[in-house]
Amino acid sequence: MRPIWKERPSPAYQTIKAVVLGGFALAIIIPIMVVVSTSLASDQDIISAGGYVLWPSHPTVKAYETLFSGGLMGRAIMVSVFVTVVGTAIALATTIALAYATSRPVLFGRPVLLLVLFTLLFAPGIIPMFLIVKQLGLIDSLWSLILPGALGAFNFVVMRTFFMNVPQEILESARIDGASDFTILRRIVMPLSKAVIAVVGLFYAVGFWNAFFNALLYLNDTAKWPVQVILRTYVLQGKSLSADQLGVAPPPQPQSLQMAVVVVALVPIAMVYPFLQRHFNKGVITGAVKG
Amino acid sequence: MTLVTERPDSAKTVRETPKRRRGRRQRSTGQELPFGVRLRRDWQMLVLMVPGVLFLLVFFYVPVLGNVVAFQDFQPYLGIMHSEWNGVQNFINLYANPDFWDALRNTLVLAFVQLVLFFPVPLAMALIVDSLVSNRTRRAFQTIAYLPHFLSWVLVIALFQQSLGGAGFVNNLLRQAGLDPIPFMTNPDTFPLLVVAQLVWKDAGWAMIIFLAALSAVDVSLYEAAAADGAGRWRRLWHITLPSMRTVIVLLLILRIGDVLSVGFEQFILQRDSVGPGAAEVLDTFTYYAGVVGGDWSSGAAAGLAKGVVGALLLWGANSIAHRLGEPGIFQKRGQS
Repeated sequence: MRPIWKERPSPAYQTIKAVVLGGFALAIIIPIMVVVSTSLASDQDIISAGGYVLWPSHPTVKAYETLFSGGLMGRAIMVSVFVTVVGTAIALATTIALAYATSRPVLFGRPVLLLVLFTLLFAPGIIPMFLIVKQLGLIDSLWSLILPGALGAFNFVVMRTFFMNVPQEILESARIDGASDFTILRRIVMPLSKAVIAVVGLFYAVGFWNAFFNALLYLNDTAKWPVQVILRTYVLQGKSLSADQLGVAPPPQPQSLQMAVVVVALVPIAMVYPFLQRHFNKGVITGAVKG
Repeated sequence: MTLVTERPDSAKTVRETPKRRRGRRQRSTGQELPFGVRLRRDWQMLVLMVPGVLFLLVFFYVPVLGNVVAFQDFQPYLGIMHSEWNGVQNFINLYANPDFWDALRNTLVLAFVQLVLFFPVPLAMALIVDSLVSNRTRRAFQTIAYLPHFLSWVLVIALFQQSLGGAGFVNNLLRQAGLDPIPFMTNPDTFPLLVVAQLVWKDAGWAMIIFLAALSAVDVSLYEAAAADGAGRWRRLWHITLPSMRTVIVLLLILRIGDVLSVGFEQFILQRDSVGPGAAEVLDTFTYYAGVVGGDWSSGAAAGLAKGVVGALLLWGANSIAHRLGEPGIFQKRGQS
């Protein structure tokens, strides 16, 4: 409903608004659509369209079959899924524990909180991080992708803000009934914070899935590459997938094969996005931003 | 984005009201309780802190100290303990290294271009979205606009390459129309604009969220009163909307400035090959290529340390300027996107 004091915009102004917002939305949708369509297009579709297809008239999953027949992509997906699942579990556990422990006035709560907040101000730098990971013997281990991301300061802050808003009366009554801090966290605080735990978990998961530079930095062994590094090597650097890894003849149009790699990296995000999106407008994220 | 600032007058003080009836182990500010008592009371909380603190020490504070290799002639086989100290020699070498100056110049240029061209976009877009009357249009746009934030940089660059690259579909269309293809992705001169375009594509929608939250907090009766007094759309924007958002705008600007030297590392490392180091080398990629790839650990670390220190100083400076102007700023706490 238009508020009564708001004048109806002039046609010119309305057109400008439509063009700006519509143009932005199309600029996001069209590339994604072209990539998905081309990955599903048959060879003759691609050749007749001159490389890219907006809508596949003869959809086929041949590109995906070729992609997965070689083992490289399947392995990369396993790596990415492992890193994402284990990483998210570890990161959530660390974050929940630390956020809860610093959300109450306890011994050492204050200095520990400062320890976390200081990390927001400054980054240790690439070289020292590399040296410590090397020192720990994690080079070429998948743990090098997981452990350095086991706590995100932003996620910590969101979580802690939420925990601080759990009504004190509930915690007090539990304590009078003899509940320990562990019990309170497990039986009261966590059930009350499902929404924020879900969102922070999804943020971590997206982060682990998308992580690219850590893999480039810490992993030399191609067998351990996650999906993002494959994507970079075969799509951006244009190295041929079919020649050195797949050995299947005849391969489909390289175009659709490349697009299939892009789609593989995209699909998990597209799947969790609706769950993430539901929480944006509820203020779980912006709730932490009250200045 | 982000920023949780914590006010001293927030929930905490309320929680500690002394009048409240206390349970057996009610926590107080604690000064009056002896250490042993508090230790026995809080030991479970301390156990919960252990993994997080361990993480911070191993993957943050030890590496921060590891920056001492910037003052060493670091040799991997000797390690930090046994490498020779060489004072500020690494910084002197950097000073004499034209590649470093290229990287520094590129970083500053790109940071400036991003600050000027990117920052206003989400604000303008939020104003337009907020003016939409239809909730369905608004929600549909938000759904689309937030999505790219969750795509990795590799994916974003891949999508750009497939769209605007030499063999991408835009250039395909140009060729089919008999026009010359445009080298959007490989021209070093227009690289800063490409970088901003990618940033807008990926993050402008997401950056809108905070502005939208601020806009929804503006008191509607102000608009009503102004409209009744005859203020049109632009006067309401200028005299009500923008002043109400001043704090948020300043806050985000500070965060942006503090982050300015980090200009989007993955974005550059991914495009350095296609555009060339002349345009795409920034301090972070310099650190990576000199240190990790080139084996000159100490120069890399020196460049990285210089960047970190300057970034922290910029943040602190921007924050104090905001304080001078009477804005709350971010105190000492800030976040990342």
